[in-house]
Amino acid sequence: MHGNHRNDTLVLHTGNEIDGQFGALSIPVYQVSTFLQDSQGNTKGYEYSRSGNPTRTALEQAFAALEHGRRASAFGSGLAAIAAVFMLWSSGDHFVVSNVVYGGTYRLLTKVLNRMGMTATFVDTSDLAAIEAAITERTRAVFVETPTNPLMAVADLEAIAGTCRRRGLKLVVDNTFLSPYWQNPLLLGADLVVHSATKYLGGHSDVVAGLVVSATDELGEEVHFMQKAMGGILGPQDSWLLMRGIKTLSVRMEKHEQNARELARWLTTLPEVRKVHYPGLEDHPQYAIAKRQARGFGGMISFELADGATADRLLDRLQVITLAISLGGVESLICCPAKTTHASMPAEVLAGLGITDRLVRLSVGIEHVDDLKQDILQGLRGHA
Amino acid sequence: MREREQDSTSPMGWAGREDALESAGWGTRCVHAGSSPDPAYGAVVPPIYQASTFAFQDVDVGSGFEYSRSANPTRARLEEAIALLEGGSGAACTGSGMSAITLALNLLEQGSHLVCPLDCYGGTFRVLEHARRANGLQVSYVDMTRPEAVAEALRPETRMIWAETPSNPLMRIADLAALAGIARARGALLAVDNTFLSPALQRPFQWGADLAVHSTTKYLNGHSDVVGGAVVAGPGRTELARRLGVLNKTLGMVQAPLDCALVLRGLKTLHLRMRAHEANARALAGFLAGHPAVATVNYPGLAAHPQHDLAARQQLGFGAMLSFELKDGSEAAVRRFLRALRWFTLGESLGGVESLVARPATMSHSAMSPERRAQAGIGDGLIRVSVGVEEVEDLREDLRQALEGD
Repeated sequence: MHGNHRNDTLVLHTGNEIDGQFGALSIPVYQVSTFLQDSQGNTKGYEYSRSGNPTRTALEQAFAALEHGRRASAFGSGLAAIAAVFMLWSSGDHFVVSNVVYGGTYRLLTKVLNRMGMTATFVDTSDLAAIEAAITERTRAVFVETPTNPLMAVADLEAIAGTCRRRGLKLVVDNTFLSPYWQNPLLLGADLVVHSATKYLGGHSDVVAGLVVSATDELGEEVHFMQKAMGGILGPQDSWLLMRGIKTLSVRMEKHEQNARELARWLTTLPEVRKVHYPGLEDHPQYAIAKRQARGFGGMISFELADGATADRLLDRLQVITLAISLGGVESLICCPAKTTHASMPAEVLAGLGITDRLVRLSVGIEHVDDLKQDILQGLRGHA
Repeated sequence: MREREQDSTSPMGWAGREDALESAGWGTRCVHAGSSPDPAYGAVVPPIYQASTFAFQDVDVGSGFEYSRSANPTRARLEEAIALLEGGSGAACTGSGMSAITLALNLLEQGSHLVCPLDCYGGTFRVLEHARRANGLQVSYVDMTRPEAVAEALRPETRMIWAETPSNPLMRIADLAALAGIARARGALLAVDNTFLSPALQRPFQWGADLAVHSTTKYLNGHSDVVGGAVVAGPGRTELARRLGVLNKTLGMVQAPLDCALVLRGLKTLHLRMRAHEANARALAGFLAGHPAVATVNYPGLAAHPQHDLAARQQLGFGAMLSFELKDGSEAAVRRFLRALRWFTLGESLGGVESLVARPATMSHSAMSPERRAQAGIGDGLIRVSVGVEEVEDLREDLRQALEGD
């Protein structure tokens, strides 16, 4: 019903942002655990804040519209959202997962879900043949991050969705890196989209949250059941902050990308930089796919330096760019994935993937791009 | 079936809660004031309206609220609650106790005269002195424990008598009924700063006050996590309440929605907290009074307090604020004592669940000159204690070891 609205209108107006009671232009924060009943079993739509809370509902409805899905569920973290999705399946079920997946997802699959008898095969999801080869009769879903963290490899979502449809599998896409402003996996055939809303959606590094959006009402109901049954919900105050963050998603994402494009190109000209991973560069191996399936290339870049010591020195010297985990906030952040976000993967797996200690990941903020360039230059070359 | 139908057409019992609140027991009032269930979804805690503005329902039809400075549903809930607990006709909630005091002072026309206690709160002193210089307010500082001193200070332009009782930090008691009589005869308003006792332990309107003023930062919120204030208009004073609302909107010193919700949350345990605060304070006052290292203890609950009988008559309890003088009031001894305390935190403010100590001469009353402090009886060795709700044995032992230096 919001199909005619452009994304930057949709982030502001999904129809539920005005409070029904007093017309407040910001949905009230229902900081409450329980709701009275008019008579036994006769509620006003809510009975207990774990199963539903008006502030969380406002966020979930707004976000379902943004991702062009049927229903969204909000969780206390991105991993709680991802866990709730995998919990839709059972012991003996198998998943095909991006091999350059976020370290937390990898840990969830190999240290927690494995104990429940669920198994995963990690493949290069930018290679459709590799995905098909990994599918077994026990496979229930394909889980894709695109672009991948931190190597920025792009998977062809329409092609994978086609394979999933033929094989009767669900396609789950982690859309954290691009946000619905740049990419809508459900419109490309995915069944479920997951987000660490902590990143671009919140956008201000002040909330930890996760979201799941479903393509169908049935899947939406199953996810909602998991949310209620496992209880990994997002609190009212954080739900409200997240809605507040989403209101500037369009202006932030435009600026993040503008800065990232310029920085990526500029980084390729530096002799100290061996390789730049950014889908918006024309020599990126999946540039054409990225251009076709997303409206933008996003604000995440990774690049390789001569060695780990050079990377350490850069990270130590930076002044504008902050050394920290997480991404997607207004302020630029940098980290060495091998030592931080992906440290939960075994060293030999990391080495095989090319996630080494000379690779740094940059979440490009919305500062002035010249200050970011200058900071990187002084970080690489020292003051002099 | 018929019975069931009847059952669902008659309103649930909670629908009558608001009307029943005024005659409900004190604890019931604390828990339910301003907290009638949310009409939209039945949330048992009203929502926080973190909004600046409100959509009109039609071109010239508002929805009851139009802009959050003028009024906000969450603030309205808190104002309703504080007015109910004080027994007043309406309240205005502001972003600090000082803005509440400023709001009350703004009821006065230019050239008005105000009578204020000699040992008033340092912040009140500072704002009165500013108004005296900048706005031509006339101020007389008197010993408020002597109603005759107040009567003597009256002028034709006297429009307000300001009382703090018990006073800060000497715990002197002003006779509110006597002050109300003096104010009424002169056509002046009696404003009572009720911060030290809260409506749990003192109801100024019961004695004829026109305004009750609060730093809600203290006992009303009680958790040392909000700075806020309130001015309450007396019973039947709807015009005064309306003027407070207009002034709050005009000056714009309003309290933010989240903070209003936190204070409302604090009110729900006011009755329990005040009981525990006072029980601890009584025990500690007795302990200090009997300790050889202590010269004097100022606590209205002690039979030796010069206005013990007045406090017993006028108050519903003696509260949990006390002050005392060390026998050795030297700088070194005071510093040693304050540094030795483990559970009592040295800090401004009071009324939180955690015990605090302060040294008025260098903290809350530093806005006064040394001469003014001496005149008010606030010595350098005076220690003020806000007794918290910790286990009283821990507090007593902490004071003992700090006094005895072991």
